[in-house]
Amino acid sequence: MSDRRTISVTINGEAYEREVETRLTLADFIRHEVLLTGTHVGCEHGVCGACTILLNGRTARSCLMLAVQANGQEIMTVEGIAPNDTELHPLQQAFQDNHGLQCGFCTPGMLTTLIEFLGDNPDPTEREVREAISGNLCRCTGYQGIVAAALDAAKRLKGKETAGA
Amino acid sequence: MKPPPFTYHDPRSVEDAVALLAEKDNAKLLAGGQSLMPMLNMRFVLPDDVIDINLIDGLADIRDDGDALVFGGMTRQRDIEYSDLVAQRCPLMKEAILNVGHRQTRNRGTYGGSMSHLDPSAELPSVSMAQDAVVTVQKKGGIRDIAMADFPMGYMMPSFELDEMVTSIRVPLWPEGHGYSFVEFARRHGDFAITSSAVLLDVEAGGRIKRASITVGGVGPSPLRVTAVEEGLTGEIGSVELFTEIAEKCREIDAMEDVYAPAWYRQHLASVLTRRALGKAFSRAANGTEMTLR
Ligand SMILES: Cc1cc2nc3c(=O)[nH]c(=O)nc-3n(C[C@@H](O)[C@H](O)[C@H](O)COP(=O)(O)OP(=O)(O)OC[C@H]3O[C@@H](n4cnc5c(N)ncnc54)[C@H](O)[C@@H]3O)c2cc1C
Ligand code: FES
Ligand code: FES
Repeated sequence: MSDRRTISVTINGEAYEREVETRLTLADFIRHEVLLTGTHVGCEHGVCGACTILLNGRTARSCLMLAVQANGQEIMTVEGIAPNDTELHPLQQAFQDNHGLQCGFCTPGMLTTLIEFLGDNPDPTEREVREAISGNLCRCTGYQGIVAAALDAAKRLKGKETAGA
Repeated sequence: MKPPPFTYHDPRSVEDAVALLAEKDNAKLLAGGQSLMPMLNMRFVLPDDVIDINLIDGLADIRDDGDALVFGGMTRQRDIEYSDLVAQRCPLMKEAILNVGHRQTRNRGTYGGSMSHLDPSAELPSVSMAQDAVVTVQKKGGIRDIAMADFPMGYMMPSFELDEMVTSIRVPLWPEGHGYSFVEFARRHGDFAITSSAVLLDVEAGGRIKRASITVGGVGPSPLRVTAVEEGLTGEIGSVELFTEIAEKCREIDAMEDVYAPAWYRQHLASVLTRRALGKAFSRAANGTEMTLR
């Protein structure tokens, strides 16, 4: 006998209603129920950071939440970062320009983590960037490109702000 | 790597939560989930019932109670990190919290959850031990306070009963101008520390130490107050020589051993980290003097 509930969750601006088993993790809900497979699952115990999403604007590891806990909440996944289908977000563009990714497995978690971090700290030092991504494991890049991308993105985002002001 | 089947409950009040705890005999509370969810995913725990306490209102406030700060059990680690009250009145906790996991885990992880999980090197239990905190627990039909000295019963084993839940933690404050320092050694930033040292010093004019609180984490089965060091400091004038000599007493602590580090190494770290923390705390005290200890 399985314990089930109907939940409604807004993901990247779109509302989804599903009946789920209460033990389903949020990561599996996003990937298997909503079929947004950009959120990756590496370790399923909170260590790798690949499954990081934004829950009401704050990062969380989606493997460490139950889908039912997201009922009524707003989630943003990697698919929701770009402004439209043809343009990249400045952070994504900075990743591309600075070799911030190779295989791309860690990238969704890196991007969501850095979106929050650059909001909290728009003008970070290299050390602060390294600390910010210390909960995200990357097996490819050796992190240099990711750190460079984050610092570059901070500059681009600030430029955008002054341009818009 | 998927949670086992269970029945999920989301009570909206502490009364309802503790009623469920009383009624279900294999239940687990779910707070921030940053320790429980990994244990569920790995099936280290197999509860029949999971009681989610995230939807209970009023359990996450930080209240200024004059001579103490009172934290609701569900206070998120992030809110401690960004609290002006904590930064101003309880700087040891502010320094310690930055070592608790990562931004992503601090957004969810709670004070009460960290106390209940009681990892031997967890920062919040260490700070609570250093500040002589009092933990309030509630069960169906009763509330009681547990002094921090009596809170750990053994390795990852808090002294409250299975039908009790942590509702708040009262953290007595030290006088303005006190010295503080939290230092730890971890293999990577955000990992659980191998060993940590938390130091509080109340220093009088002339550099005389009126009161000292020294807590080491990750050495014993739970955070330990090092009374031998505290007694050796009380009434003395702080100096490089005194701190260097007295910190050596940490080598006498009965230390645990695991895959990460042997006992002697933890004792060594305890003494080095305590020496450094003493130097830093004394430098920060209004009546202390600047010194660097390596
Ligand atoms: C990658 C990673 C790194 C981490 N690094 C650190 C670190 O460096 N230092 C550190 O201290 N922690 C660290 N943690 C663990 C920390 O994030 C958790 O917050 C903490 O251990 C548990 O708090 P929680 O709110 O998440 O509790 P949960 O995981 O929800 O619960 C933990 C346990 O406590 C019980 N419980 C929870 N709340 C209560 C309550 N109010 N009353 C009674 N019982 C309760 C639960 O039933 C469960 O048994 C890390 C975690 C991760 C995933
Ligand atoms: S899959 Fe969630 S942290 Fe690794
Ligand atoms: S790019 Fe492959 S894991 Fe980071």
